[in-house]
Parts: sequence; C-alpha cells; structure tokens
Amino acid sequence: MSATAVHNLWTMAAADPIDKIDAPKIEYGQLAPTLIVIGAAVIGVLIEAFVPRKSRYYAQLFVSVVALAAAFAAVVALASGGYGTTKARIAAMGAIAVDGPALFLQGTILLAGLVAIFTFAERRLDPVTHGNRIDSFVAQAGAVPGSAGEQAATKAGFTTTEVFPLALFAIGGMLVFPAANDLLTLFIALEVFSLPLYLLCALARRKRLMSQEAAVKYFLLGAFASAFTLFGIALIYGYAGSVSYGTIAKVVDGTLTTVDPALAGTMGNDALLLIGAAMIVMGLLFKVGAVPFHMWTPDVYQGAPTPVTGFMAAATKVAAFGALLRLLYVVLPGLRWDWRPVMWGVAVITMLGGAIVAITQTDIKRLLAYSSIAHAGFILAGVIATTEEGVSSVLFYLGAYSFVTIGAFAVVTLVRDAGGEATHLSKWAGLGRRSPLVAAVFAVFLLAFAGIPLTSGFSGKFAVFKAAAEGGAGALVVVGVISSAIAAFFYIRVIVLMFFSEPKADGPTVAVPSPLTMTTIGVGVAVTLVLGVAPQYFLDLAGQAGVFVR
Amino acid sequence: MNTENLIALLVAAPLLGAAVLLCGGRRLDRVGHWLGTLLAAVSFVIGLVLFTDMLGKGTEERSLHQHLFSWIPVEGFQADVAFQLDQLSMTFVLLISGVGTLIHLYSIGYMEHDERRRRFFGYLNLFLAAMLLLVLADNYLLLYVGWEGVGLASYLLIGFWQHKPSAATAAKKAFLVNRVGDMGLSIAIMLMFTTFGTFAFKPVLEATAETSEGKLTAIGLMLLLAACGKSAQVPLQSWLGDAMEGPTPVSALIHAATMVTAGVYLIVRSGAIFNGAPDAQLAVTVVGAVTLLFGAIVGCAKDDIKKALAGSTMSQIGYMILAAGLGPIGYVFAIMHLVTHGFFKAGLFLGAGSVMHGMNDEVDMRKYGGLRKYMPVTFVTFGLGYLAIIGFPGLSGFFSKDKIIEAAFAKGGTEGWILGSVALLGAAITAYYMTRVMLLTFFGEKRWEPDAQGNAPHPHESPKSMTIPMILLAVGSVFAGGFFSIGDRFMHWLEPVTHHDHGDSPLSAATVTGATMVVLVIGVSLAWAQYGRRPVPSVAPRGSLVTRAARRDLLQDDFNHVVLVRGGEHLTRSLVYVDHTLVDGVVNGTAASVGGLSGRLRKLQNGYARSYAVSMFGGAAVLIVATLLMRAV
Repeated sequence: MSATAVHNLWTMAAADPIDKIDAPKIEYGQLAPTLIVIGAAVIGVLIEAFVPRKSRYYAQLFVSVVALAAAFAAVVALASGGYGTTKARIAAMGAIAVDGPALFLQGTILLAGLVAIFTFAERRLDPVTHGNRIDSFVAQAGAVPGSAGEQAATKAGFTTTEVFPLALFAIGGMLVFPAANDLLTLFIALEVFSLPLYLLCALARRKRLMSQEAAVKYFLLGAFASAFTLFGIALIYGYAGSVSYGTIAKVVDGTLTTVDPALAGTMGNDALLLIGAAMIVMGLLFKVGAVPFHMWTPDVYQGAPTPVTGFMAAATKVAAFGALLRLLYVVLPGLRWDWRPVMWGVAVITMLGGAIVAITQTDIKRLLAYSSIAHAGFILAGVIATTEEGVSSVLFYLGAYSFVTIGAFAVVTLVRDAGGEATHLSKWAGLGRRSPLVAAVFAVFLLAFAGIPLTSGFSGKFAVFKAAAEGGAGALVVVGVISSAIAAFFYIRVIVLMFFSEPKADGPTVAVPSPLTMTTIGVGVAVTLVLGVAPQYFLDLAGQAGVFVR
Repeated sequence: MNTENLIALLVAAPLLGAAVLLCGGRRLDRVGHWLGTLLAAVSFVIGLVLFTDMLGKGTEERSLHQHLFSWIPVEGFQADVAFQLDQLSMTFVLLISGVGTLIHLYSIGYMEHDERRRRFFGYLNLFLAAMLLLVLADNYLLLYVGWEGVGLASYLLIGFWQHKPSAATAAKKAFLVNRVGDMGLSIAIMLMFTTFGTFAFKPVLEATAETSEGKLTAIGLMLLLAACGKSAQVPLQSWLGDAMEGPTPVSALIHAATMVTAGVYLIVRSGAIFNGAPDAQLAVTVVGAVTLLFGAIVGCAKDDIKKALAGSTMSQIGYMILAAGLGPIGYVFAIMHLVTHGFFKAGLFLGAGSVMHGMNDEVDMRKYGGLRKYMPVTFVTFGLGYLAIIGFPGLSGFFSKDKIIEAAFAKGGTEGWILGSVALLGAAITAYYMTRVMLLTFFGEKRWEPDAQGNAPHPHESPKSMTIPMILLAVGSVFAGGFFSIGDRFMHWLEPVTHHDHGDSPLSAATVTGATMVVLVIGVSLAWAQYGRRPVPSVAPRGSLVTRAARRDLLQDDFNHVVLVRGGEHLTRSLVYVDHTLVDGVVNGTAASVGGLSGRLRKLQNGYARSYAVSMFGGAAVLIVATLLMRAV
C-alpha cells in the first residue's frame, strides 16, 4: 500500500464524522439472575477485604445463599412472566438470550449451585483441630504443602472463605454461558466460569499436591481447549462477518448475502465455516467431558475437593450442554447434515468409552468421573435428535442428573478414615452393614445413574433415547442401551460391595454431617425419587422450555 | 330399576363373602359358614329374579348387558369389565348358584368338625364368584380371569387338607395340568386379538363369517386345548381322579357339577368359531368320544367310590364335549345334559360323601355292602341319581343322554355311525359301572371290619343339613330332564343363543331309544351277574390285564411320566447345557473382553497433561477432518 493510499485512509476517516456510539441498552430486569449472582460475588470479595476473619464464613455463606435463592426467584419470576415462551427475547443488544432453555438451565444451575454451596460450607466432617472447625478447603492456599507456613495457618484456624465468591463467579459465568447469543459473550462466559473452577480445584485441604496437580492439568488443558474455541470463533467471524448467532445462522442459510467489503476474501467460504464450527464445538465438548476430550475429567474429579467435584460435575455439564444446544440449534441448524454424523461418532465413543473404562476403576471419585463421561454421551444422543423433543429431553436429563451427581459426591464426603475421605473402593466394602442409611442413599443414587425405573435416571434416559429414536437416531439408542448395560455393571458392583461384602476391620467411619450436607443429600434423594415416580410435571416444564429464541 | 344392573351383584355377593371370610380372621369362625351360605343363596335369589324377569321378556330382548368399567383402555387394545347375561349364561348362573347353595348347605354338616371350616367356605365363595364371572363375562379376557379364578379356587380346595401329602400333590397336579390348558386359552385370545382386533364375544363371533378357515381352526384347537384342561378331557384328564383328595363337597361342586363343565361352556359359547372350522369340530368330537370311553372304562375298575364317580364325570363330560363338537345339532343337548348331569352327579357325590361320613371316611367300596338299611335317605337319593345317570326311562339322564346319542348319529356319514356307536357303547358301560357302584355300596352283605385301632364303623344316616340338599338334588335328577324335554322347552329357551339344527339322522328317534334301552339292560345285567349274584371279595382280585390298567387310570400317569416328564427333563437338561456352555460362554466371554478392553483403555489415562493434550489435538483434528469429509461426500 502506498503512502498516499494510507494517507487517504486517514483523511477519509477524518473527513467523515465518527459515528456516535450509542449507550448500550441493558434490560436489567431480564438479566437479573446473572446480575444478582455476579453482584453477590463482588460483595463476597469485599467481605474478604473488610470483614474480620472470624465472621467471614458466616457472612459469605449468608450472602451466597441469599444471592442464589434471590437469583432463582428472579428466574421463576421471569419464567412465570412468560419470558420462557411467548415473550422470549434477546437482551443486552443481542448478547444474551432470555428464552425457555436459558431460563430452565439457569434455574437448574442456581438450584444445583445452592445445594453445592451447602457442601462447601460443611464443617462437621473432620474433628475439631486446634479449637477450630475445619472444612474441605485448605487453610491458606498460598502456603506450600507440608511447609511450616501451612502448619501455622492450620493452627491459626485460617479458612479459605474465598471459595464462596469464587463459586459465585463461576455460577455467574455458567448462567451466561447457555444464554450467550453471540460468540464473544460465549467465550467470555466460558472464561468467567472456568477460571474460578481452576482455582477451586487447587484448594483441597488434604492431598494438596494431588489437588494442585489436578488444577494445573485442568488449567493447561482448559486453556488449550479455549484456544481452539477462540480460533474457531475467529474463523466463523471470517466466514460470516459477524459474531452474532442470528446473523451467522442467516449467512449459513444463505438468507443474508450482504458482503462486508473488508472480509470479501473470506466471507461465504464454507471451509472456514466447517473448521470454525468444529473447533468451537470441540471447546464445548471439552467442557462436557466427551471422548476424546475427556481425559482431564478423572484426574480433576479425583484431585479436586469433593464438594467442588460435585458442583463442577453438575453445573459445568448443565452450562456447557446448554451452550452446545444453542450453538447447534440456533447457529448451525443449516449445517446439521454436516455435524450430525460427526456428533454421532462422538456420542458413540463417549457412551462406550466412559462405560467401559469405568469398569476397571478402583477409586469412587474416578468411577463417578467415568460415569459422568458416559452420561455426557447419553445426553449427546438427545442433542443429536435435532427436534424440540430432543431439546426438552436434554433439559430434563440435565436437571435430573445434576442433583443425583451433587448428592452422590456429598455422600462420598461422608465416608472417611484417618487420611480424610476414603475414596478407594475396597474401603467401601460392607458399608451397608455399618451404615445402612448412608449406603442405601448412595445405592439410590447409583441406581439413578444406572437408569433403573422409579428413579430420575430412568425418566431422563427414557426421554433422551425416545427423542433420539424419533429423531432418526435409532442405532445410537441401541449403542446407548448397550452402554447402559455395561454401566449398570459397575454401579451394581458398588452396591454389591456395600451390602454383600464383609466389612473390613480397619474400614472407614461415616461422619455425621451438619444439616447443610444433610439438606444436599436429602434434596438429591427427593429429586431423584420425585422425577422417577412422578416426572410428568417436570417433563411438561422441560417440554414448554424447548424452544430457542432466534 | 333396570335389571341388568343386578348382574354385577351375582358375582359381587360371593366375592364379598370370600373377602370377608378369608380376611376376617378367627372372630368369624362361629358364623362364617352361615355367612358363606347366605351369600351363595343371595346370588341364587338374584339369579332367580333375573330369570323371572327374562322369562317376562320377548326372545329378542332377553340378552342383557352391563358395562362396569374400562379395564385396560389402550389405543387399539380395549378390555372392559362388562357382563353379558343371555339364556346360556342364565342357565349356568342358576345351575352354579343353585347347586352351589345346596352344597354350601351340605358342607355345614360335612365340615362340622374341621377347624378350618371358615376358610373352606371362603374358598367355596371364591369359587362361586370366579365361576359366575366366567359365565357372565362379555369378552374372552374377562372370561380368562374367571377361568384362572376357578383354577385357583380348585387348587386351594383340592389341597384343603394339605397336611396329607397326597392332597398337596393332587392340588399341584391339578394346577399344573390346568396350566397347559390355560396356555391354550391365552394363545386363543392372542390369536383372536391378532385376527379380529378384539376379544369381546359379540364382535368376534360376528366376524367369523369373513375369517379364513385356517385361522378359525387354529383358534378352535387352542380353545379345545383349554377345554380339555378344565374339563378333564383326554389328553389332559389325569388330574381329575387325584382331585378327589379334596373334601367331598368340593368334588361334588367343582369337579362334578360346575367347574369341569367350563370347557363345554367355552366351546358352546364359541360355537360360531367352531361352526366355521370343521376340522376343529372333528377334533372336539374325537376328544369327546375318546374321553367318554376312557372315563367309563376307568370307572369300571375303581374300588374307591369317589374315583369311580370321577371316572364317570369324565365320561359324562365326554358326552357333552362330543355333543358340543357336533355343532348346532348338539349345542342344546350338550348344555341340557350338562344341567341334568349337574343335578345327578352332585347328588351322587353328596351321597358318596354321606356314605363316607357314616363309615369313618372309608372310600373303598369293597368295605361297604348292605348300607341301604342303615342309610335309607342316602340310599334313595343316591339310587335316584343312579337311575338318572344310566338313563332309566323317565328320569333326567334318559332325556338328555338319549338326545346326544341321536345327535351323534344325526351327524351323518361314517363319522355319525362311529360317534353314535361309541356313544351307545358308552351308555352300556355307564350302566355297568354305575350298577356296580350301587351294588357294592348298598346291596349284598356288610363287609366292613374294625380298623387297626379296633374302631368299627357305625353306619348312620347323615344330619338334615346334608340330607336336605341330597333330596333337593334328587328331585332335580328325576324331573329336570322331563321338564326340559317335554315340548322341547329347553331347546326353545336356548335356541336364540346357540341355534339349532335337527340334522339328518339315519335312524329314527324310536330306534335309537330302543337301542339305548337294550344296551342299558345289557350293562345292568352284566354288573348284576358279577356283583349282585355272587358275594364280593373285600380284597380286590388281581384282575385281567385290562382291569389292572384301568385301575391305574389306563396308565395315564405312566404315559405322562415317560413322555412328558422324562422328555421334559431331557429337554430342560439339554437347554441348561446350551445355556451353560453357549449362552453363558457368549455372555461371560463378552464380559471378559469388555473388562480386558477396559484394562487396556485405562492405560491411555497415564496422568501426563502432555498426553492428554495430544489426545485433544488428535480429536480436534479428526473432528475437523470428519466435518469436512461429510461435506465432501
């Protein structure tokens, strides 16, 4: 480019008056759930700065619970105000959708977050040390494991109450993720909820090295996946000249043909579209833990503090599947003949891979991690249906699955020996003899994971497989059922282990938790049974919430 | 008030009785038997009310229908709990509730010393409810409920004295053999559903005209299998003899008068299906003919009074099945014989029970003899039943059996001749074995002796509660046949439901009657010559080969054992072998290979973030390439 030309550019720009930037129009009412949670997270940071150490725990717990409950109330108010159906719209200048799937998933995330926060706040499981009640989190995250500083911090009774604002930030990001209506919002939400999770994973009180290793792995691989996503977003922008879902969809359909002169060389290039879409989808598949992007899952689930694992396993999956659904149904429906076969393959290897590798696991947390991988495969089967029923069934499945998961991990926190949680399966032998109630509750969760009738797992699996079969994915359903059969083996094996094996002499004890964890487990059991015995109301609810706004 | 609303009460009354008696506990012990009898009587009275009402109506309006509720309302599969009361059902309702009430009454005395009497009445009421449901149902599925219900009641009652291993075994045997027949009925219902899309009587029977003969034959044969089970017809006859282990009122009610006739009801009710399937009809007549000879021959050899009567029951039901197989020529006579048989066979059984009651529960007729002096009422009522069953002129059996023999000849052709001759031969044997029973029991010298403990029986007449039902049944045995036949009353009553065809008999009615009389005299004389003129040994002689075979029920159990039990065992053993080696092999092999795969895949999870990243990178590459390839192809 010659100097003149450059000069012309400048002068031309100078000659034209700069367009006035309009103040963004934000519908605060419709975004209230997210705003409340993020606001509470900021307050949580301020509490860390200004409230005396002794009072922080109570202040943080209070703020978190109130914020999550208020945000959930806001979601209910929006839904009953018709924003889920007739008044569904796109808010915040096209950045965030307020529609049925978004509200349903936000409600699920908030409730799951609420019961998960209870397990974060649990302080009765370990005996009182140095006159202080302790929770699952490290006394001082900055202290080197095994160092004198760590001991001093423990002795001083420090606790990492920062976990509450971190969790709230993560929940805030998760609320935006499935509602994001342009690719940049999607990416920012992804990072907003991922970064606090990386931190949370590193905060285990015991087995700190393992916890930190898990966090680093999660962070590295998460960053790697984010890079793919971001690059995919760039490619799509190159293809469509926009990051807005609606505009991209129109360009894909061919209904919008106006070409941005600056992008004339790339716009409409299908290779960019296909590669970009695959890369964004890959980033989301990483978050849901689909094979072959699943390998972080077992290590991170095992290393993270168990309350965090439960929260992450439930809420991340809900948010990520929400975003995946919106991307595939709103942005790429015109491309479904391209992505469906690929997703078929991913779903098949995810279902089979998760179920098969779970068989040889010996650690309960890793077992549940592989179980979550298999479940991601089942949910993908519903995603592939590409029908409204498919969306509803996925929504229902996610709701059912999150409470079972949080409940199951909450039970894992109860079974302890001298070294903290006793997660090796051999230690669970004969648990049913020693603590029949806890073992029975865990058995209910396992049966729900296995999809046995009268549990929410069956209702969810039935809904998803039915939608998939009606959406023309019958073969996928067959694979799903086979995987379920394989998966049933290791779930039932744990039940057999608990009830039909002799207890070991030096076996773990079952801690009696505070009402907080009891609430979490109680809610888990109640939801599991209600959605299993009388799922119709909730199926209808999910059914009404099955339409995306475009 | 609409009378059709009463129909449900017919079933509800005894059902209520069963529920109250079986759930009520010991506090009902003192009144339970009266309550049971009362509710049976209520059912009978309601039956009478409906009957009088029906008589007051024109032929066209006699069929009543009551819809209670939708049982299984599924798209394309509708099952209702609904009742149909027409002339055929009415006949059965009166027989079942009438004879049933009498037998309830009789049981009060008979079971007086049994401490589980309340339970016994509960079972009897349960039986009545199930049997009434069977004959009142307006569709095959509900009929099946009643069918299974009577099977259950029969099982419970045969095994009522379950402390006796023989009773427990007999109950189990009856249950198992009946299951074979029940399977036939369930298959028939499934076939109906696939063929007609429904199993309600009306649409099914109306649709038979447009249905292929093959399908009708299949359904008909399955219905025949069901009838064979419930009505103890060859080849499913083996349970009836053993079923006599139950208390005698049970033998009278269930295994003589009512339940065993369910098969006849089923075939007559399904007449339209059999009319369209001549092959199935032929099978029915063959079964009937074989059984009527089989039962009669077994009856000749038995020394146990109840087992002799059981053989007789089998044989008489063989007559009914034979008649039912003849089609419209025979339906009316099958039912008529069924009703008269209900009277005289129940009466005979009650008489046998009365004899046993007076003889310390001895059942061996060779230990009886000369009882007419000690039990005059029993002797007279039993004697009238005897005359009725052998077809003594003027009594019930004479009219009904004679008609069946006529109808058999009227079938025409070689078949008609064969069937008619078999029926005639059967009549001769009937006369022989019933005379034998009569002579052994009531005539000759007394042959009873003190038992091992030195207790000599003191034969005495039974109490009023037992003799009154016997007298009433004897009245029926004497007059029912004549009442039905004079002016063809019964035929006109039933014709609208079953239709009637006179057939084309090669022999005149008088000839047949004459022949029947001749064989009757021959049979009676033979028996007289053998058991009346000569003293009877109190220990059975060894007897000829045929006699010995007949004593063993013509080797039915040996046959079943060799062919079915052994065969079945071999079959199951080979299936178990296949299951162990092939099926388990495949299953265990699959499990092992999945486990092995799991172990290998697990190694991929090596804990290095770099390997995980490579896997993600590879996955992303595959994802992109696959997406692009999809577009390319």
